[in-house]
Amino acid sequence: MATTPVRLAEAGSGFLQQVALGPLLSRFAVDEVGANERAASLAKRSIKKESKVAALRLAVAVMDLTTLEGADTVGKVQALCSKARRPEPGDPGVPPVAAVCVYPSLVTTAKAALAGSGVKVASVATAFPSGQASLAVRLADVAEAVEAGADEIDMVINRGAFLAGRHQEVFEEITHVKEASGRARLKVILETGELGTLDNVRRASVLAMAAGADFIKTSTGKIQPAATLPVALVMLEAIRDFTDRTGRMVGMKPAGGVRTAKQAIQHLVLVNETLGPDWLTPEWFRLGASSLLNDCLMQLAKERTGRYQSGDYFTKD
Amino acid sequence: MAEELERQRERAPAQFGGLDYAPAPEATDHVSLRADHGLLIGGRWVAPASERRFKTINPATEEVLAEVAEAGEEDVDAAVKAARAAYAKVWSRMPGAERAKYLYRIARILQERAREFAVLETMNGGKPIKESRDVDLPLAAAHFFYHAGWADKLDYAFPGRRPAPLGVAAQVIPWNFPLLMAAWKLAPALAAGNTVVLKPAETTSLTALRLGEVLLEAELPEGVVNILTGAGATGAALVGHGGVDKVAFTGSTEVGKAIQRTLAGSGKKLTLELGGKAANIVFEDAPLDQAVEGIVNGIYFNQGHVCCAGSRLLVQESIAEPLVDKLKRRMATLRVGDPLDKNTDVGAINSRAQLDKITELVASGEADGAQAWQAPCELPTRGFWFRPTVFTSVAQSYRIAQEEIFGPVLSVLTFRTPDEAVEKANNTPYGLSAGVWTDKGSRILELANRMRAGVVWANTFNRFDPASPFGGYKESGFGREGGRHGLAAYLDLSS
Repeated sequence: MATTPVRLAEAGSGFLQQVALGPLLSRFAVDEVGANERAASLAKRSIKKESKVAALRLAVAVMDLTTLEGADTVGKVQALCSKARRPEPGDPGVPPVAAVCVYPSLVTTAKAALAGSGVKVASVATAFPSGQASLAVRLADVAEAVEAGADEIDMVINRGAFLAGRHQEVFEEITHVKEASGRARLKVILETGELGTLDNVRRASVLAMAAGADFIKTSTGKIQPAATLPVALVMLEAIRDFTDRTGRMVGMKPAGGVRTAKQAIQHLVLVNETLGPDWLTPEWFRLGASSLLNDCLMQLAKERTGRYQSGDYFTKD
Repeated sequence: MAEELERQRERAPAQFGGLDYAPAPEATDHVSLRADHGLLIGGRWVAPASERRFKTINPATEEVLAEVAEAGEEDVDAAVKAARAAYAKVWSRMPGAERAKYLYRIARILQERAREFAVLETMNGGKPIKESRDVDLPLAAAHFFYHAGWADKLDYAFPGRRPAPLGVAAQVIPWNFPLLMAAWKLAPALAAGNTVVLKPAETTSLTALRLGEVLLEAELPEGVVNILTGAGATGAALVGHGGVDKVAFTGSTEVGKAIQRTLAGSGKKLTLELGGKAANIVFEDAPLDQAVEGIVNGIYFNQGHVCCAGSRLLVQESIAEPLVDKLKRRMATLRVGDPLDKNTDVGAINSRAQLDKITELVASGEADGAQAWQAPCELPTRGFWFRPTVFTSVAQSYRIAQEEIFGPVLSVLTFRTPDEAVEKANNTPYGLSAGVWTDKGSRILELANRMRAGVVWANTFNRFDPASPFGGYKESGFGREGGRHGLAAYLDLSS
């Protein structure tokens, strides 16, 4: 049995004192074989016809359209924002995406380009993607993004500290970032590809939620594996138990490696059957992706016309 | 806390109505149904000498699918003679490597025609297409592949012995896994050099009959396998026939006992795979979400029509409440309905008689004082259906904790210590299977040793493999199927 809950109880931090972390949250055992099987069985759900159209539109509506490259420019981000506002001008049924996700230096650009659209601006911060900087530097990163107008902050946890067993430290850092985020909603990236086991995924999920995360997010997209179905399942189960116990809803964001409409639908099914339809909104569920949008649009066009069209009919932004 | 949650949920925009699953029925147009079927005797389809026939239906719709012959004593006699002739003249003389070729061929044809077989299995038996497609068919083919590999290696399977086939095997199989049970029975018998008369269950004959077509397609020598459809009287005539050397039966304990009485003193060899009332034991350190999946798979897989179903959940008291809450929430997501729909989790009850039996036992549970909870699903108006059900506050003395229900009905009991868990798990006339859920490896090994059950699953349930022997203790029967132990049941190892 993990030592985490004991250490958490010693923390004496505000949130932990408010909610008694019950026995369910202190149990971290996850059987990897069983989790893989359950995820694989849910991935076989057959979503066809009108359900498929509804699911694809939902996938667009919950998408965090993302560009996180060293080569990002103002022009690139502006183009992406245009796409975010109106992904498919020819089909009024296709909604805008949920948010555009950029580096802090491009928040101002995105904010201006998305003004009045309802599309949120999310910014990665805390020395993304490695998180390997002093806490002061990471908090300054957050403050800058918030000041520039970011609606949402995507932070990375300190995996070094987590894997070294310094869970207390990770917990406190998240609470500091939460404080620095102010009114911006905080998504906590666990970087599950570096955590090694599903037990750790579950443990990190609980830690992040207890420390005040509004969303828990699988990955930065810079490390593989990223948003695999078993990892997403375990995080969703952690959210379900946390919400049952505390009455506080927490959002979920798979990110990294979700490239096809089929994968997106599999993630939606996972949420639907683990947390239920309450979570299937941009408020509580996001899909972080850069190349997923066009595949969803292509599938929607196929449902509309009965034919697949070449990639040249979809804008590459 | 509840109010806060309510407030948060209201913030969710109304236009997102969740995710509905449109019907996704598997097509049936590639399965041609014959109006009537004969009996496979001596390599040919023949009309029953009894001239009797009966209708077989789709339990999900009650529609008649076909007419099936009801073999009488004359037919049984003809089939046993055909099997005897094939044994004496062909099959027992054929080198193992040659027998293997036929088994490999059957396995490959089953794989090629898997979709057709899966759909037919679902139509005739009511099980969800995802199970017939992902479990029954792959396993049926795997049993033929596995045993094909043994056919020319029998001397090495039993070092120091000179294994010899037994002769003519009479095999009577149940309705819960019609094709898979046929494969379990036929593959080892044929690999070992025996010939067979197979009797499928009355309600689910169609895939066994189609398997007969596969055997002909594989050019299996005539008479090596004979298939007689019919009900209990046909089975009784077959196992009681003087020309049979070996009887293998899978089904109810009651019928198993009757067969054993019939065979007493006859010199025929017998293996029985009978009922069960398996304990699925969950300790407080178990991976709970996976345990819930295992519990659901243990009892609601194939509508609970599984002899090794985990029908008794033994849960450590300290986690009983959260575990049962999780279980109910999970059960509420089970999709019950059209077995041909690819998203269906729980299909139709196999027959009206079985539905009546389940209904009667559930009523007895309620009368005894147990609390029933049922998944809130809508049931189709036609066909035979039963909601996935869980009983809490169950005492060991209730009928629902003692008798095999063979339906989607789980009884939850609690325990405090490992010793109590073992005592309760073993406190049943049955002993087919058991499950243990714990994060502690040493406890798994200890419990597996102390459990009087033929199969003990650890942190999983209802997993099958042709290499793994399957069979029971006590009133769950004797003999094993699968692995070398299963081969031994079809061989004379006395010399």
